[in-house]
Amino acid sequence: MARFIVRRLGFMVMTVVLASIIIFWATTVLPGDLASQILGRFATPQAKDDLRRELGLDKPVVVQYGRWLGDYVQGDWGESASTSTAVRPIVFERLSNSLMLAAVAFVMYVPLGILLGLVAALKKNTWIDQTISVGSLAFIGLPEFVSGLILISIFAIELKWLPSQSAIAPDSTFVQALPYLILPAITVALTSLAYVVRMTRSSTVDVLQMDYVRTADLKGLSPSRVLFTHVLRNSLLPTITVVAIGIGWLIGGLIVTEAVYGYPGIGRLLLFAIQRRDLQLIQATALLIVLIYVVANLVADILYAVLNPRIRYQ
Amino acid sequence: MHARAAVAAPGAAAPAGAPRPVFEIEGLSIDYTTELGVLPAVRDVTLSVHEHESFGLVGESGSGKSTLAMGAIRYLAQNGRVTEGSVRLGGVELLGLPAKDLRALWGSSIGVVYQNPLSALNPSIVIGKQLAEVARRRLGMNKAAAFERVVEMLTKVAMPDPAAVMRRYPHQLSGGMLQRCVIAMALMTDPALLIMDEPTTALDVTTQAVVLDLVADLKRELDSAILYITHDLGVITRICDRVGVMYAGELMEQAALYELFKRPLHPYTLDLLGCVPHFDPTPQKRSLVTIPGSIPRLDELPPGCTFAPRCTYVKDVCMTARPPLVAVAAGHLSACRRWQAVPTPVEHLRSATEAVRAAEAAGARPDVLIDARGTQVHFQTAAGLLSGRKGRTIRAVDGVDLDVCVGQTLGVVGESGSGKTTVARAIIGLTPATGGKITLRGKPLPPSTAARPRATLKDIQMVFQNPDASLNPTRSVGDAISRPLVLLGGLGRQAAAGRARELLTAVSLPVSYFDRLPHELSGGEKQRVAIARAFAAEPGLILCDEPISSLDVSVQGSLMNLLMKLQVEKSTSYVFISHDLSAVQHLSDAIAVVYLGRVMEVGDATKVLTPPFHPYTEALLSAVPLADPDAKQKPIRLGGSAPSAMDVPPGCRFHPRCPRRLGDICRQQEPPWREGEGDHRVYCHIPLEELARLQAETLVLDAEGSA
Repeated sequence: MARFIVRRLGFMVMTVVLASIIIFWATTVLPGDLASQILGRFATPQAKDDLRRELGLDKPVVVQYGRWLGDYVQGDWGESASTSTAVRPIVFERLSNSLMLAAVAFVMYVPLGILLGLVAALKKNTWIDQTISVGSLAFIGLPEFVSGLILISIFAIELKWLPSQSAIAPDSTFVQALPYLILPAITVALTSLAYVVRMTRSSTVDVLQMDYVRTADLKGLSPSRVLFTHVLRNSLLPTITVVAIGIGWLIGGLIVTEAVYGYPGIGRLLLFAIQRRDLQLIQATALLIVLIYVVANLVADILYAVLNPRIRYQ
Repeated sequence: MHARAAVAAPGAAAPAGAPRPVFEIEGLSIDYTTELGVLPAVRDVTLSVHEHESFGLVGESGSGKSTLAMGAIRYLAQNGRVTEGSVRLGGVELLGLPAKDLRALWGSSIGVVYQNPLSALNPSIVIGKQLAEVARRRLGMNKAAAFERVVEMLTKVAMPDPAAVMRRYPHQLSGGMLQRCVIAMALMTDPALLIMDEPTTALDVTTQAVVLDLVADLKRELDSAILYITHDLGVITRICDRVGVMYAGELMEQAALYELFKRPLHPYTLDLLGCVPHFDPTPQKRSLVTIPGSIPRLDELPPGCTFAPRCTYVKDVCMTARPPLVAVAAGHLSACRRWQAVPTPVEHLRSATEAVRAAEAAGARPDVLIDARGTQVHFQTAAGLLSGRKGRTIRAVDGVDLDVCVGQTLGVVGESGSGKTTVARAIIGLTPATGGKITLRGKPLPPSTAARPRATLKDIQMVFQNPDASLNPTRSVGDAISRPLVLLGGLGRQAAAGRARELLTAVSLPVSYFDRLPHELSGGEKQRVAIARAFAAEPGLILCDEPISSLDVSVQGSLMNLLMKLQVEKSTSYVFISHDLSAVQHLSDAIAVVYLGRVMEVGDATKVLTPPFHPYTEALLSAVPLADPDAKQKPIRLGGSAPSAMDVPPGCRFHPRCPRRLGDICRQQEPPWREGEGDHRVYCHIPLEELARLQAETLVLDAEGSA
């Protein structure tokens, strides 16, 4: 098992390095470099060259990349050109907001998805199953900006239960932020729910047909014990993997939802950075999002191995 | 043997004194609701199993034997339903029992052993926990007591080191070990009824023998009534006291084991026994009995006797009403109106089969077609990218010498993992040999198909085990057969289609099958198409890789007949690969016994199958269950399972499991080839004369032991 984790960590580092190269390369080939950005459109070429030299932009790209990555690892993420403040605190504040939203959404859709998937599998091919399947599928096709607007018009505008915009104050606590989190979290949960439902349903249907479930039944175990000790343990494996991989998206990929609610998450920060061509901010945010995805995948792999002895004892 | 015949006298299946019936099925009928409508899968079956008794339920696939057993204990799929009848276990009526009480019976009074032990155990729970669950839930034991009970049960099924096994996950144990665990689990509560559903079908023949011994031992020890379900007539003779024969959902005949085999009184039983090759290592062979037609579909059952459309002894009386199962002798029931007209098996064989192959004239050996010397197929496992793990060598085939003569059959036998399939794939070039030299008609054969000329590709064809996988599901039967004719035979499409129709006739399929798709055919029919396709290119050699293993007994018989007929007509050579020694001895002129990538013994079929033989051949012959209650077999059993081809033992590779191991010489030195009569060769440290003496000795002992 230790060897398995070490191997996975190795792959993870390789992935991140590769991603950092791509991010760095993409930001350097964009028209307009840091110097022209800082100095503005009307700077003289001489001034730009001087600044470039000062910033090390005249060095070969490889050296620039090495310096950037070295600084990044050491925690020096540079200064944002558009806000003229250090990048790291901005990104971290947004990250913590994103984590809160992800946590609330996760708590909403994962248990519900698993429950609905299980019920659908146990009631396979009945109206209950069909209602669950069709119902959850309907939301997959619905883009977040549509479902978000519907939710806002019902719960914020008509019923006035919850705020329509989620501009939470920078130093608010989780409890203070909670009312602002609910609508965006529901929006996210609706799109993700169907994946969990369908995965749980199909793997549970498969497992229910396995010989070992027959064995468990004919041991005379109660139906609930068969379900909880023999079925779930195997049928939730694929779901857990899908959910764990989804965590990356849940934290780093909610650009549309954040935009609909004006939620100050990391996705919207990236959007902002791109719109402003804020290279330092783009690089820092993008690499952080990559890290989040990679860690989520690592967690998924390890969880899968922990729960599946066939992988654990290779 | 005389004693056995005497025991088989009417009604004497069980010892004197009325045996107490434990499990009684009366007039049981089971329906399945499907898209085709309501299908009567089991109809009006009555049988009972007594204490200490083992009742064998034999039947081909689709006969309803598993449905009967599972339906009787009310474990049916949602679309299954018991429509009428009565099932009593220890006097308690199971039908109509509340679900909760039923569950209490499952796992306490009823134990079940399944076909595939690996899938019958939960892959993510350790063995110990799965077994202890029964002790804790059903016997109400605490954790410590349950642990003790599991150890005790595992010891009972002769499991080495039970405590260690209990910490293992199912995928970490071999099939034989797993089946012991499942048996231990089924016996945990001393059930009144033990249902064993094909418990050894998924196991290797050597492992099967060990598990069958175990079941036979347990049977003597236990009070349980055993309902033993199998398609294998050989296995039945090792385990069962009484036998019921099922056909298309009905019980056709029921009798004591010996009587059923020696004097069957239903034509279906008679045919079924005739489909299995008789183990007789002489060159004279007769064809096998074939049953025309196939099992009727459940939605198209004939109005009279269900077997009438396929029966040799059918009369008008059979066509009108369904015959009841009636006593025709004490303890012997038959559902045939004309049971008095049913001949003895010997007469039936004489009339229903014919001699197919005369003995070869001594010395007149045909030309060699394929000559393989030192054939080697080694695979490398992938090296780790980051872990620094080195790739290892799998020695799947490790220096095999074989030759195949024109118009003859070379049988290749061995356990799974012995490399027998890989040898065939190396000959045809699908898995290129990594060493050695193969010649075809005296010309060297390049290892890979890419380097072989078209004429060579045409000359070697192959029939695979699973016709479902080897026939393209989207191509019609005619297409499948025409393709090699166009690609390799150079025929035009018209000519190819005409030739394909001829081939269909040659493999006894109607020409109307030309446009059918594979899924419209039965397993046996698909394999006929695969055989026709192999013959299409008019090859000199056809490699048959377990071509009949996945098929029913009666279908196996007719396919063996077909292979023999075509061989005589076209003088094609076969390499017939199988784990089934009876089939191999029936079809082969020469036999090679392979173990762990190396030939252990090779030679004329009669020589290989009669003493002196290699200790491994001897063990295989002792292990294979023969469909003859009179068969005398040695109690030689191989322990454990074959080592991995990554870890080939030094010295003689068979030494760790060899019952006749001499000592260090076997562990350290490769054995020499001992030359016997003709081209008979044995790869063993023990001289042939010594082997002959040793092997004769045990035979005598056996005879004395059973006298």
